Amino acid sequence: MGSMNAILARLPAGLAGSVAAVLAAFLVGAALIAAVGVSPVTAYAALFEAALGSANGLAETLVRTVPLALCGLGIALAFRAGVFNVGAEGQLFVGGAAAGAIGVAGAGLPSIVLLPAMALSAMIAGAAWSGIAAVLKLRFRADELITTIMLNYVAIHLVSFLLHGPLKDPNGALAQTARLTSDGRLPVLLGGTRLHAGILIVLVAAILAHLFLWRRTEGFRLRVVGLNQRAALNAGMNVRRAVLIGFLACGALAGLAGFSEVAGVQRRMIENLSPGYGYTAIIVALLGQTSPFGVVAAAFLFAALQIGATTMESAAGVPSTLTTVIQGLVVLFLIGRDAIPLIGDALARLGDALARLGRKSA
Amino acid sequence: MTEAPPLLSMRGIRVAFGPVVANDDVDLQVAAGEIHALLGENGAGKSTLMRVLAGLIVPVAGEVRIDGAVEPLGSPHEAMRLGIGMVHQHFMLVPTLTVAENVCLGLPSTGRFLPDLKAAGRRIRDLASRHSLEIDPDARIADLSVAGRQRVEILKALFRGARILILDEPTAVLTPQETEGLFRILRALAAAGTAIIFISHKLNEVMALTETITVLRQGRVAATLRTADTDARALARLMVGADVRLPTLEDERAAAPHDDGKSNAAARTILAVSGLVCRDADGVARVDGASLEVGAGEIVGLAGVDGNGQQELAEAIVGLRAAEAGRIAISGEDVTRASVARRIALGLAHIPEDRHHTALVEPLAIRDNIALERIGEPPLSRRGWIDRKAVARLAAEVMAAFDIRASGPGQTAGTLSGGNQQKIVLGRALSRDPSLVVAVQPARGLDVGATAFVHRQLLARRAAGAGVLLVSTELDEILALSDRILVVYKGRIVGAMARRDISVERLGLMMAGKAA
Repeated sequence: MGSMNAILARLPAGLAGSVAAVLAAFLVGAALIAAVGVSPVTAYAALFEAALGSANGLAETLVRTVPLALCGLGIALAFRAGVFNVGAEGQLFVGGAAAGAIGVAGAGLPSIVLLPAMALSAMIAGAAWSGIAAVLKLRFRADELITTIMLNYVAIHLVSFLLHGPLKDPNGALAQTARLTSDGRLPVLLGGTRLHAGILIVLVAAILAHLFLWRRTEGFRLRVVGLNQRAALNAGMNVRRAVLIGFLACGALAGLAGFSEVAGVQRRMIENLSPGYGYTAIIVALLGQTSPFGVVAAAFLFAALQIGATTMESAAGVPSTLTTVIQGLVVLFLIGRDAIPLIGDALARLGDALARLGRKSA
Repeated sequence: MTEAPPLLSMRGIRVAFGPVVANDDVDLQVAAGEIHALLGENGAGKSTLMRVLAGLIVPVAGEVRIDGAVEPLGSPHEAMRLGIGMVHQHFMLVPTLTVAENVCLGLPSTGRFLPDLKAAGRRIRDLASRHSLEIDPDARIADLSVAGRQRVEILKALFRGARILILDEPTAVLTPQETEGLFRILRALAAAGTAIIFISHKLNEVMALTETITVLRQGRVAATLRTADTDARALARLMVGADVRLPTLEDERAAAPHDDGKSNAAARTILAVSGLVCRDADGVARVDGASLEVGAGEIVGLAGVDGNGQQELAEAIVGLRAAEAGRIAISGEDVTRASVARRIALGLAHIPEDRHHTALVEPLAIRDNIALERIGEPPLSRRGWIDRKAVARLAAEVMAAFDIRASGPGQTAGTLSGGNQQKIVLGRALSRDPSLVVAVQPARGLDVGATAFVHRQLLARRAAGAGVLLVSTELDEILALSDRILVVYKGRIVGAMARRDISVERLGLMMAGKAA
């Protein structure tokens, strides 16, 4: 709790902070690219050309945006409530497993029934998984930073067990569910690409989250609780309820991300459903200043980075892991922004000292 | 032959934080053996000036001379080397360590790895007896009284060779009797040649103790004068820049002739607390069987030295702290286990002691802070949808009625001055027309003008028939406003006095836990 408040308190207030952090991260990234002997301009051009320069590239970027944005929205709501839920990864897996199980069991149902049933079960499963951490926190004061990250491992292994056992496709050799029928798949929006309707779910979720935070009394209370629990309590607010909402909203949205990966991309539940979307989404939520539309924008940026990375490696010879470095730098610059005036101070003092030295020697 | 330079001379000190000038062309001279008051309202620049002296801030202009030599005070170490010692308002002591260990902490001269505590203890005993400070070097800090801990802080400074001793609001935590004890110590130190800078906003103490007074106002020196040549009234005018008198209950009665202070005796009980027990995390009973009642149309002052359970008692009444035993009733309804929301619905208004963490959500706008307690009720919201216009209307009303000065209702509460912040808290709580007001240190950190405003608001609620429980460690505040005074000591109510029977002497004894 304390650690998360310290991090949130250091978050810069406005959009400017996020933009500055991204620019600074790209600048350092450019220096690293130059250090391997490649022109940063060439490398970045290759990266963005691949991610945004073609219909297919853009579609891939948007496909990647969906899980990052949904998890990021959930994490942002949790952060707003003062809940440092880093369990989106596990909640995504649990949600994906629920969606896959329902999708397979409900094969034959019409799409209009099956898809909502899959989405709803994914959200309930994700929320329930997040709810474990909520109970641990509210009843036993267990720090959610620890419990949610631990529950990630439990979730991933539990889902793995299910895929090797009860949920396994009886006609296949791999640990995965049977393929979903076309009624259990999210429709493709753009022919010839993988762009699926999940991106629409993202937009609706962002609008709802925005309305919730800024127009609903529950959202107001959630924000107050996140900013100052004691003042919320003093004002007669139900702090535990707001905290619980933060946990459940995060779990539900991460579960929904699992659903959209299963129904929109993989078309079945698989063991390696996510390459860490739930973790990257933490940075996405922070970079988006925990505001819903900001989160969607940040998710798009990170998706573009990830999609462009492989092309940059093959075209410009810069290792694709550079994008991971840039993601990390974004976080450092976001959190470290307070240090900039301090560094200025230190430089000024150094200048003074040198000047004094100069006078003395003269 | 010229006169010897004063021990301390600060000239033309200027400190600016961005566009805000905290000290502007400030001069301060203190001679050896002199007790010099630094007087001023909150925000007048007293602390800033002393932080310059302690080496914590480097001024942008001005010089500090010690014994006539210009010194480049840049660090606390430098300040210590020059014999400048500071006793902070909040003590810098490790409670689990002994006096000797605390005094030696961070001093390489007592041995870097294995401090020679025996030798240090001897030196401490020697110093203590020389300055008639009652201190046992082997006592644990946790076992000492507040006054005892303060003596340790003074000794710590002397042990480090302080010739200039700065005390920041040292009497805030003391009973009247303990304050007298402190004054004796300070006079003796001065007689032995120590220069003492006494920071305070309490005029009577400054008049009683000091020889010279420097009054700061808005970062500048308003006046430097000899104590003998001035009086409290003139000092107040210098501090504020205008004549301000704090309202009292007598003014209120003069305005309402039928109010003889007795008519309230039979009034309806608004708050009834009986046998209340609250423990802290360590299981220590902070409130230990306290009972009290507040009737409609009266102000009950709860006096006591800081840390005697008054905060915990108030927190239990407003619902921020669980009661282990006992009963709390508001307007006849048992609320011992009720939610804060229920208590608010019964007419409770809370003016918390801690403005920054309990009363306000500082990153939020003024309008949101004003709406905080009522966001769930119409007209501010319907079916869970917030009516932003209604919120703006309420904010405008409260800001006008309580004279909250800001760039607009959208300004964040954290950027306001303490006075304006407290007006938000008052406005939010009192505009609900509450029947019970629990005000804890409502004027803490406010200037005289803002204090007068707060006091008038409390008197207005009393006149409107509300019961007011005023919890304060400032005796002046309690004395000015209370119909009745209760004294809390170690979590119990140890005394009660009607307004006409009040004597400061008796109050002081009760606050020290001595039967009177």
